[in-house]
Amino acid sequence: MTPATLDPFTGIAHLFDAPYLRSAFIAGTCIALAAGLVGYLVVLRGQVFAGDALSHVAFTGALAALAFGVDLRVGLYGGCIAFALVTAALGRRSGADDTVIGSVFAWVLGLGALFLSLYTTSSSGSGGAGGDAGVNVLFGSILGLSGGEVVADVLVASVVVAGMVVLARPLVFASLDPAVAAARGVPVRALAYGFFVLLGLTAGVATQAVGALLLLGLLAAPAGASQRFTARPFVALWLSAGIAVGSMWAGLTLAYLLPRMPPSFGILGVATAVFLASFVWTAAARRRHRRVHRAPAPGWGTGAT
Amino acid sequence: MTGALAALGVADPLAGPSLDPLTDLHQMLAYHFMVNALRAGTIVAVLAGCIGWFMVLRRQSFVGHTLAVVSFPGAAAAVWLGLSAVGGYFAASIAAALVIALVPRSQAGRALSEESAVIGTVQAFALASGVLFVSLYGGFLDSITGLLFGSFLGVSDGQVTALGVVAVVVVVALAAMARPLHFATVDADVAAARGVPTRLLSIAFLVLLGCTAAEVSQITGALLVFALLVMPAAAAQQLTARPVFGTALTVVLGLLVTWLSLAVAFYSPWPVGFFVSTFGFAVYVAAAVGRQVATRLRSAPRRTPAAPRPGPEGAVGA
Repeated sequence: MTPATLDPFTGIAHLFDAPYLRSAFIAGTCIALAAGLVGYLVVLRGQVFAGDALSHVAFTGALAALAFGVDLRVGLYGGCIAFALVTAALGRRSGADDTVIGSVFAWVLGLGALFLSLYTTSSSGSGGAGGDAGVNVLFGSILGLSGGEVVADVLVASVVVAGMVVLARPLVFASLDPAVAAARGVPVRALAYGFFVLLGLTAGVATQAVGALLLLGLLAAPAGASQRFTARPFVALWLSAGIAVGSMWAGLTLAYLLPRMPPSFGILGVATAVFLASFVWTAAARRRHRRVHRAPAPGWGTGAT
Repeated sequence: MTGALAALGVADPLAGPSLDPLTDLHQMLAYHFMVNALRAGTIVAVLAGCIGWFMVLRRQSFVGHTLAVVSFPGAAAAVWLGLSAVGGYFAASIAAALVIALVPRSQAGRALSEESAVIGTVQAFALASGVLFVSLYGGFLDSITGLLFGSFLGVSDGQVTALGVVAVVVVVALAAMARPLHFATVDADVAAARGVPTRLLSIAFLVLLGCTAAEVSQITGALLVFALLVMPAAAAQQLTARPVFGTALTVVLGLLVTWLSLAVAFYSPWPVGFFVSTFGFAVYVAAAVGRQVATRLRSAPRRTPAAPRPGPEGAVGA
């Protein structure tokens, strides 16, 4: 990382001089857009825990690929999509018990720890390359993307965004009221499978940006905030995407200005701050609402006496 | 190293187990770190069993996982500031328990999805802070994987004492509130109507869960707490629904898993977290399969005499 100048304005003016930041912004924007759209439906459908499990599967998949000497992305996408399909199948049968999800993903994570130690010991350098790769999978490496990776990330993210745009209306309907949607002829089960595949793709692509452990925040925080700002589902859907992209931009800029700060922390920090702000906003709105309603009471009382 | 071991009259563990239980046990207990790991593991397994049974019953696995993960930035911050890591584990987990308890639960409709969004955000932000602290500390990458996936090598005498004291406090507190908590868990509305302070109980339970998660994560690492907190409890609930017997069974299963994992990890280069989660998962799968088989066997004798009957009866009726 090139050190930022002390004057923040000069620093921002040179933000796009570095090629690694330009590619981080391009890939990051697409990834955040996909995560914001998918995340809103994850929260709406109450499947945040499944998203959590998916992020751990992403870690194990990527490290399994590394341990067996395959390209990291094969394991990443393969693991995520396979697990997404399994979760969709389980959810159809008995509303996937969170104990079952928890037990399975804790074991998958234990396997991840095994692959990490296998990979670390096999790649000769003690803790060097192996440790680096493990930490990158866990916590992301958006500033280290190569040109080919950026193209692949943009492509995958575009597929997810396109899929969400096509499926948004029936998905929101099926999530809010599955029984009525099924009665109206909406293919609820096929939609659930399609949605989980999109979620798996998002998990895979977001793992490279913010890391397997933190992608849950990119899914949950913008969606939770937008749900508080508006009750209209389609406004909230795009607002969630907007908050995610905004967090990505702000986080990357912060990481550029403060080189000691990991970019994942910047992105997640901004997203969490927006979520906190949404709580303050609704609390303030409620107080305003209450004052408006309480105001006539004393006036009416004094008028009566 | 081998020379020093020979002087102690102990074989080198890298040579593998001798498969004679007594020799192996003697060899393991010759190392002070191993004795401490077994002590700490025993304390943690008992505590995790008691709390985990209630956690699975209350369907708060996601919260438990988050509270455990949160202990990672706590420990990282404590190491960065040069304080004791144990204090960091507890402070972070209890703080996160209180934040999650603050979220209003009773708003009908969106409360469920809102709560999970808050939990997910707390978890991801906590992990991101953990990365920040590690990066500020500039320490070794190995310490990250140790905090996340567990390492039983570094448990000191003082830490064992601290773990024991906290465990006694938590278990006594849980025993004191066990009856009303069970009532409030099984039927929250009736319990509230009978004057049981359900909201207070749920906050108190979250704090106890936070303490437990912080303890367990020191053995299994922040990411694998589930292995001891969920899996033995889930296995026991497959086998029995009775509270006291179920809790006891959970503790026994947790102890077996912990001891076996520590023993195997002692002879293996692989992390202890992998063994804990694998053995825990095996116990859970065995319990689930065993229950399926038992219910099928129990219903089978009733079906076998019933099955041939329609034939002759149908023939007689015709």
